[in-house]
Amino acid sequence: MSTIAEYAIVILLLTGGFFTLVGAIGLARLPDFYSRLHGPTKATTVGIGSIVMASVVFFSTRGEGIGISEVLIVVFLFITAPVSANIMAKAAMHMGIDPAKGTRGHPWDQ
Amino acid sequence: MLDRLTFPQPYLSLLLFIVWQFLSNGVSGASIVMGLILAWLIPQITRGFWPERRAFVNAWKLPGYIGIVLLDIVVASVSVAKLILGGREPKSIFVSYPLELEHPLAIAILASTISLTPGTVSADVSDDNKLLLIHALDADNADEVISSIRERYERRLKEMFQ
Repeated sequence: MSTIAEYAIVILLLTGGFFTLVGAIGLARLPDFYSRLHGPTKATTVGIGSIVMASVVFFSTRGEGIGISEVLIVVFLFITAPVSANIMAKAAMHMGIDPAKGTRGHPWDQ
Repeated sequence: MLDRLTFPQPYLSLLLFIVWQFLSNGVSGASIVMGLILAWLIPQITRGFWPERRAFVNAWKLPGYIGIVLLDIVVASVSVAKLILGGREPKSIFVSYPLELEHPLAIAILASTISLTPGTVSADVSDDNKLLLIHALDADNADEVISSIRERYERRLKEMFQ
């Protein structure tokens, strides 16, 4: 494995780890349910994406052919993350969870 | 009889073919043959479930749209990360977004895009498909959210679905 590939893997893994950590911190720090939805849908998506890209680079540079099936993980993650966020938001509105103080606008009645 | 040999959902067939190439880790003779069989068989089996309306009209605009969305996902993650790590409390807002799109698939794509991009999560679609409820994590006012989505995503989707 070349040095450039190793550096690329290290950078991708660090970026992925950073964004996944930020997503987790966001889950703990943000004030209400609706804003906590933002962490998993965005920060974590990029985090997992970077980690998977590191895996692609690693297996492609081992000389056993290219490893691109991991790309599908990212694709399906990008398709499913918004859907689950939408369902969770709908469920929260159905249960009548109040948004944090200072939130303008209102959730709809279900 | 002859229409059993066609591809009733060309885009689905293309997608299945490409996904199979990814799954078999690289293009080879066997994966192309198997991909073609799957791309023909699955749409044929499921043809009764598909709506009659053809969805995409300008499918060649899709790669550009995906590129913009991918770029925005990265930008969005950095801005959300800044907000989470900074000490400031976010100014959340619920926005009712009046949809101009009519096709259900177009609305689904727009809602998914909104959930993945800068500081917004789509929460619900009204029963008549006219309004989309959006929760914005950090925005000054509703008009700003609406106009940025309208300019950046909905206009492009409208060109694809007509």
